[in-house]
Amino acid sequence: MPIRKFNSPPIPASEITPEHVYLNRRSFLKAMGVVAAGALLAACGPAGDDGSAVSPESSSTPGQVTEEAVDIPNTFEEITNYNNFYEFSLSKESVAVLSSDFVTSPWQIEVSGQCSQPGTFAIEDLIQRFPPEERVYRMRCVEAWSMVIPWNGFELASLLKAVEPTSKAKYVRFETLLDPEQMPGQKSPLYPWPYQEGLRMDEAMHPLTILATGLYGKVLPNQNGAPLRLVVPWKYGFKSIKSIVKIELTENEPATLWSSIAPNEYGFYANVNPEVDHPRWSQASERRIGELTRRPTLMFNGYEKDVASLYAGMDLAKYF
Amino acid sequence: MPKISFTRLQAITHLAAWLLVAWLVFDFFSGRMSVNPIQEIMQRTGRYAIWFLVVSLACTPLNSLFGMRQALSARRPLGVYAFMFAALHFLTFSGLDYQFNWELLLADLFEKRFAWIGLITGTILLVLALTSTKGWQRRLGKNWKRLHRLAYAAGLLAALHYAWALKGDIFRLQGNVMMPLVAGVLVIVLLLARVPAVKRGVQEFRRR
Repeated sequence: MPIRKFNSPPIPASEITPEHVYLNRRSFLKAMGVVAAGALLAACGPAGDDGSAVSPESSSTPGQVTEEAVDIPNTFEEITNYNNFYEFSLSKESVAVLSSDFVTSPWQIEVSGQCSQPGTFAIEDLIQRFPPEERVYRMRCVEAWSMVIPWNGFELASLLKAVEPTSKAKYVRFETLLDPEQMPGQKSPLYPWPYQEGLRMDEAMHPLTILATGLYGKVLPNQNGAPLRLVVPWKYGFKSIKSIVKIELTENEPATLWSSIAPNEYGFYANVNPEVDHPRWSQASERRIGELTRRPTLMFNGYEKDVASLYAGMDLAKYF
Repeated sequence: MPKISFTRLQAITHLAAWLLVAWLVFDFFSGRMSVNPIQEIMQRTGRYAIWFLVVSLACTPLNSLFGMRQALSARRPLGVYAFMFAALHFLTFSGLDYQFNWELLLADLFEKRFAWIGLITGTILLVLALTSTKGWQRRLGKNWKRLHRLAYAAGLLAALHYAWALKGDIFRLQGNVMMPLVAGVLVIVLLLARVPAVKRGVQEFRRR
């Protein structure tokens, strides 16, 4: 797959895990084992374990842009063995196993709706026409964990421009493949399959919004939404729909899977926002996978500078 | 020295509980805990607590409806282990996950229904575990039985806490609701099994 480096990624690509940091993470986990064993055995109040848990923030020198300086990409193993992909399994660790035989070739994406050049694109043609570039993005799950992922992909805007949206195109609707034979989770009657998601047109056209075709320079693994998935880094992970087969430009706000299941809990916008809690749990902090301590969640997942203007004047507690 | 003896069901209960603990410790130290081990410990201990609680609630009907007297002997250890796993679950949440950061913890505990329902459930289990001894049984007399009926409330609240911790809506049967639903329905069925009319019905049916 051709990889073109993006010139000014929001997080420097140079932050790819150096080996000593990676090894350090292991000793971190070991230290955590000691803490956990202590808790399991003693099962009593707070012991003075603080010393073993050095927060990354405290080690950075003043003057550094800390929110970027501490963004070290998660390992390939972490990214590919901890997946929310209910079409395969509710268990994050089982998705990799259950999706291993998922057929992603041939694969076509139908782009239709309010545009003058609708069409159906084979995935390999898309990759050829829009060469993927690397984007290292934070990914914040609504379940309050996060990762940093080096995606390869192209801007959704490039594809949308190619189909020439009409003036009626106000929203973009996305749909995942519906194939219960291959995706056993879709046999569950508890979900209104297929998975669908949506973006407002300006969100879809934003340069941070990409369609990912790979990660760590490799073809996108099945468990991460092969062969084509959306990545919208300032929104909760569930907005970034996987294994897309349909993209439709619409006049009205499209329905989304999670907001049809629980409209009072999952809104259309789903912007990462530490001040607007999920009705059932706080969104103020998160666990970065591989880290011991929780870290504060950043407004728009740290992309405030780039995207806050999209929501100027909007009540984000109402449009959550 | 008092003689220590177990019924077979008691032995199975003790063995099952400690095997689960051993499995947890083994998985932890051999890195079989996903990439988010704290969440994994929290979810596992929470599930163990609920299933031990549900099984403990099954003991009384197993005796009264099916004459399995031995089941009664396992009721206390099952309940105490339910409390133990609930305590580990809470310690994982407050200690490992939030590192006893009271500001964040209090925000979660009192603002989020799912957290405070968990806290109430845990408090009930704590009180029941503390008063589970023969001494307390004597001291409380008739009230002991009344107090320990709270185990059913704990069961229902635990199922609700479980449901609200997952992505779905249990009252609309949408989303990830299957396991909490099974737990909740089991508690309701076991509660119904204690209604005198239901009890008589089952006993008559068995006599035929």
